[in-house]
Amino acid sequence: MRAITKQERHTPPELEPRRRYKMVTENVNIYYGDVHAVKDITMKFPEQSVTALIGPSGCGKTTYLRCLNRMHDMTQNARVDGRVLLDDADLYDKSIDPIYHRRKVGMVFQKPNPFPTMSIYDNVVAGVKLNGVRNRAILDEIVEDCLNLAYLWDEVHDILRKPALELSGGQQQRLCIARALAIQPEVLLMDEPASALDPIATQKIEETIQELKKDYCIIIVTHNMQQAVRCSDYTGFMYMGSLIEHGETKQVFERPTDKLTAKYVQGQFG
Amino acid sequence: MFKSNVRRRLWVDKIMRGAVVACALTAIIPLVWILGTAVYSGLPVLSWAFLTEEPGAVGAGLISIGPAIQGTLILIGLSSILGLPVGILGGIYLAEFGGGGWLARQIRFFMDVFIQVPSIVLGIFAFLAVVLVLGHFSVWAGGFALSLIMFPIVARATEESIRMVPWTYREAGAALGLSKMAITLRIVLSQAKKGIITGVLLSVSRVGGETAPLIMTVVGSSVFFEDMDTPMDALPLRIWRFSLQPYDEARIAGWGAAFTLLLVIFAIHLGVRYFFMQEHGGKGLRGVLHLGRKVR
Repeated sequence: MRAITKQERHTPPELEPRRRYKMVTENVNIYYGDVHAVKDITMKFPEQSVTALIGPSGCGKTTYLRCLNRMHDMTQNARVDGRVLLDDADLYDKSIDPIYHRRKVGMVFQKPNPFPTMSIYDNVVAGVKLNGVRNRAILDEIVEDCLNLAYLWDEVHDILRKPALELSGGQQQRLCIARALAIQPEVLLMDEPASALDPIATQKIEETIQELKKDYCIIIVTHNMQQAVRCSDYTGFMYMGSLIEHGETKQVFERPTDKLTAKYVQGQFG
Repeated sequence: MFKSNVRRRLWVDKIMRGAVVACALTAIIPLVWILGTAVYSGLPVLSWAFLTEEPGAVGAGLISIGPAIQGTLILIGLSSILGLPVGILGGIYLAEFGGGGWLARQIRFFMDVFIQVPSIVLGIFAFLAVVLVLGHFSVWAGGFALSLIMFPIVARATEESIRMVPWTYREAGAALGLSKMAITLRIVLSQAKKGIITGVLLSVSRVGGETAPLIMTVVGSSVFFEDMDTPMDALPLRIWRFSLQPYDEARIAGWGAAFTLLLVIFAIHLGVRYFFMQEHGGKGLRGVLHLGRKVR
């Protein structure tokens, strides 16, 4: 590992020294062509916790989130530098294919995107099946477990063979969560998972997040500050591509140390 | 003033709508005309003997098109076997792997050129590349010439329909740790299937009706298929030959053959839709003919 020297001042205070960090980013910069979208972000994500990323539109939250499972590899002119560590292994190590890491870092997108040609059942096991698991009994078990985790089982257990698109938007999003959980990731990235949903569906997703926190490291991008308060342990506030403040959610919202953060969480701009 | 404006807008709306409908109908007229003539003149000619026997000499009574139907089916099959894999895999390459790279741009350019080349030129090419090399006319040469017409159409249709699949599904697949190939084959292709099949059917219809490339490759014959290295008959060739003859009998038989060609193409469309596209409009014939309600 490379020694961290002058960048150390960017490192936020240890959040809780006893906790193990699942994911760490060091001086991450992301560029789209000439646009410097994310600037020098160093952040640590503890195990079994929820970290919320908040900030006004266009501040780079989603861009930053997407670097955590190398999703930028899919975009032609995006460039990431800095280090992203998952259990001390560098995600951007050239010798490792990104698909190896993506299995460990699940992702739920802003708009529900179940595979339209597949049934509910096939959607849940899509990742598992294409990764080689064929045993029917195992697949059945995975489907039930994951749909239960995503609080969807009770609503769909008798229509598993129906097309996924027949579900409502909120159900589709929970299906996508189940699909992400099925490959047993260690980290779950959620990009505004509830922004397209009504309050009831949102509440269900938040309950799901609380349940999942027991096993996963969850990083969630949200526009909704109440949501950050309700379901996260830590909050990072981003502005113009930089991480302005990062700490326990309670502290960030009640006693922000930065003026900009204070203004934002009080709703003075956004 | 506001009210009069609304009135004017409603009128403009009506006029524009009328113009659109009128133009659509105008475009349909020649199509209906051709179809109608083919049915009107061709249907009475059809008989079991007409469809299944070898053609006798003109004036000897019965003219039949059995070998031509058989030949057309063989040619469509052969050109599909040669052209579809290249077309579909090429289209996948262009859409998913080539991107805007140098190679992809060159291939795309040549495909577009190929699509626009008059089919007789491709026939001459097949004549030079296959017939002259092998030293005789053959079914191979015909299938080869037709597959040259087929593959660029299929490749571009495949590319276009793969591009229509929203990017978000590729990302969803990638987030599940799937390789690029798995994403393409299992997720993207299943969504692009409808467009690809439409492209395939389009190319089959096109190939089924081509005459020019066949004149110099399979030439035509008045007996049933013998082997791949001999000349063979095909419906468009047969229609063309009928049309060259001055006899009424031949003209009538030509209409019969034209109508038969339409039926063959129609049957292939129905069959392919039945086997590959059922879920888009419900099961059975209703789904095949797109009569069923669309499942969202």
